[in-house]
Amino acid sequence: MMNCILAGVGGQGTVLASKLIAQCAMNKGLHARTAETIGMAQRGGCVVSHVRVGERSDSPLIPLRSAHVLIGFEPSEAVRCLPYLGEDGVIVVSDKAIQPVTASLSGSRYDGEEMVDFLRKQGKRLVVLDAQEVVRECGTSKALNVALLGAAVQSGALGFSLEDVERALPQRMPQKFIPMNQKALQIGAQAARGV
Amino acid sequence: MSCKLLMGNEAIALGAIHAGVNVVTGYPGTPSTEVLETVAKNNPGDIYVEWSVNEKSAMEVAAGAAYAGARSMVTMKQVGLNVASDPLMSLEYVGVKGGMVVMVADDPGPISSQTEQDTRHFARFSKLPVFDPSSPEEAYRMIGEAFDYSEKYGTPVLFRPTTRICHGCASVELMEGRREHQPEGFVKDTSRWVIFPKLSYQNHLKIEKRQGVMGEDFSAYPRNRLTGEGRKGIAAGGVSYAYACEALKDCGQPYRMFKVATPYPFPEKLALEFLKGLDEVLVVEELDPVIERELTYLCGKHHLPVKIRGKLTGDMPQAGENTVELVKAAAAGFLGFAAEENAPVTPPPLPVRPPVLCAGCPHRASFYAVKQAMKGKKAVFSGDIGCYTLGNAQPLDMVDTCLCMGAGVTVAQGLHRVEPDTVNFAFIGDSTFFHTGIPGVINAVYNETDFVLIVLDNSTTAMTGHQPHPGTGKTMMGEISQKIDIEGLLRAIGVQCVVKANPLELQEAKDAVLKAVAHKGVSAVIFEAPCIAVTKPAPLLQVDKDKCTGCKRCIRELGCPALAVEGGKAFIEPSLCYGCTFCAQVCPFDAIGGMEQ
Repeated sequence: MMNCILAGVGGQGTVLASKLIAQCAMNKGLHARTAETIGMAQRGGCVVSHVRVGERSDSPLIPLRSAHVLIGFEPSEAVRCLPYLGEDGVIVVSDKAIQPVTASLSGSRYDGEEMVDFLRKQGKRLVVLDAQEVVRECGTSKALNVALLGAAVQSGALGFSLEDVERALPQRMPQKFIPMNQKALQIGAQAARGV
Repeated sequence: MSCKLLMGNEAIALGAIHAGVNVVTGYPGTPSTEVLETVAKNNPGDIYVEWSVNEKSAMEVAAGAAYAGARSMVTMKQVGLNVASDPLMSLEYVGVKGGMVVMVADDPGPISSQTEQDTRHFARFSKLPVFDPSSPEEAYRMIGEAFDYSEKYGTPVLFRPTTRICHGCASVELMEGRREHQPEGFVKDTSRWVIFPKLSYQNHLKIEKRQGVMGEDFSAYPRNRLTGEGRKGIAAGGVSYAYACEALKDCGQPYRMFKVATPYPFPEKLALEFLKGLDEVLVVEELDPVIERELTYLCGKHHLPVKIRGKLTGDMPQAGENTVELVKAAAAGFLGFAAEENAPVTPPPLPVRPPVLCAGCPHRASFYAVKQAMKGKKAVFSGDIGCYTLGNAQPLDMVDTCLCMGAGVTVAQGLHRVEPDTVNFAFIGDSTFFHTGIPGVINAVYNETDFVLIVLDNSTTAMTGHQPHPGTGKTMMGEISQKIDIEGLLRAIGVQCVVKANPLELQEAKDAVLKAVAHKGVSAVIFEAPCIAVTKPAPLLQVDKDKCTGCKRCIRELGCPALAVEGGKAFIEPSLCYGCTFCAQVCPFDAIGGMEQ
């Protein structure tokens, strides 16, 4: 059984990332179950995806303290979902804070670095992904989801290899986006090496 | 047998195709939308699929098809069933020939809805059977069974998944082939298809008799089942059954489980078997205590000394979604096992992140133009259902009322009757205008009200994921149809002042609003600008740091997610900007301009 929780902001591509994980599982003949946030919250609100792989789990939602991997697309959203992470869980997080409109309006911006520090203090394995590097290398922030996935795969906690994800890419996206995502996958994996 | 990762809604659609559905109609609404879209996408070619103008029309088209012997399905969200309740309530008496499934998605939470209403009550109210799947895999098979029961009893049936079933994905084993269904055609019979008081009386008697027969039948339906043994029982339906199974997996205590797949007509015989010898039952369900009331009723009817616990007794929460933890906490005390304590995590203060209008959204510009035009004047802004409900948030603060589809138009008229010196606006999106907005405008013209209608025409049904509608000129069969012209329609029903404007041109938009406000009687502004999700971005904007004084007017007034402060100056996030140029028009220092090439 492998539980992975993905936390981000509407529009960041969490749904595609969770579908890719589920696809990898299916390709290996494993049962997969996911639950996503779709609808109003997608307009810049908090979004959480639950992915459950392996034994025929019952609930679509991961119980608290039961996730093996927490993929944070945004530092504060990773912190928000931390209660889902289990004892030996791994955290993969993008370092780039996305300020909600409310923060810009009230002048109460939060510090992304403070959130990453908080995650660091949890005594878990932590991979921090340089979001700027992904944008620089791939030319778009849209590749962040697959880069994070690459880091999570490299950490070993998902139970898949990079090749497994590469095989799943064409099953879940049009051909023209594949080269960019292959690159993103490698950048993410590189960030996780040696952590 | 092949296995595929399917979203619950996709599973329902593929299950319906496998069951030989001939006609599928519906109106978009989260979390139901993908069912109809998936049928259209996987149409083998002989299924007729349409987005209808509203749920009432969709229900009636599906009913007509079923009168002619077709297998039909109509899809909607729970509040859509309110709109379609008129045909549904009469259809109960008339019945159908071909199988007809009314697929209504409920939304515990609610996550994307106005209400937490429970369609299982509609089943009892309309005396129609209801199927309640507990997983996407079950939904895939259950939808075909729903068609079979519908034909067996000559009645439409309700099929009610909830959000976690609709939007959850699972590996689903696909069934081979397809059960072809050839409609017999419509056979004239006024004693059957024309509802009259006498017919309703006769059929009412038959329907009441049928309920008992169906309840008996459902006691043998394998998806209603008993497992386990003990003096305590758990009864659960829908996704709550999955939560209960997981919560009790390693609890170490004996219990009997009653899985309820058809909450109405209630499988009484099976329920009595479940209750026999039990001391107590904990009912796990979302929304209203439907199963709990049925079991409480049965205990009274049969003088059973079984205590039924649930929402009515305060053992389970009365609103919101269930979770594994929540079920575990309730079951721990009930069955007598130790639930783990959650270790408290005290993170730094987390940002509040409500959903907002997208960067570049033309609705922001429309709201801002009206706000500017009405500065210092007494005005009330009635809103409606769609992305533009998000115009309620600061700093726009332009939605004073929101009730249900189409209500903004008519609520504005009621407000105006009481406060005639206030300018009353009603904002309505293009799809909502076609759905239920038009009769309200006719009402205003007929009754000589004075109000300003603002049609936010973004050429799509945006909130639910960009479905076509009568104004787009595209249908779900991929055909190009005649576009229904909103301006022409408004003029035809007697609105004498109709102004069109591009909301992203601030001056033009403000002038249009002032012209409409000056008109006595019903006036309308049609703001035309496509949703950013269906258009390509324009060249992006950037802030000239030398010119920007850091006054933050752009941020304070627009609340665009692409605008932020960086080093005391405005900053435009390039990954979010859509190049709408609206912030450039608001900047008093001419500090925002096009990105240098």
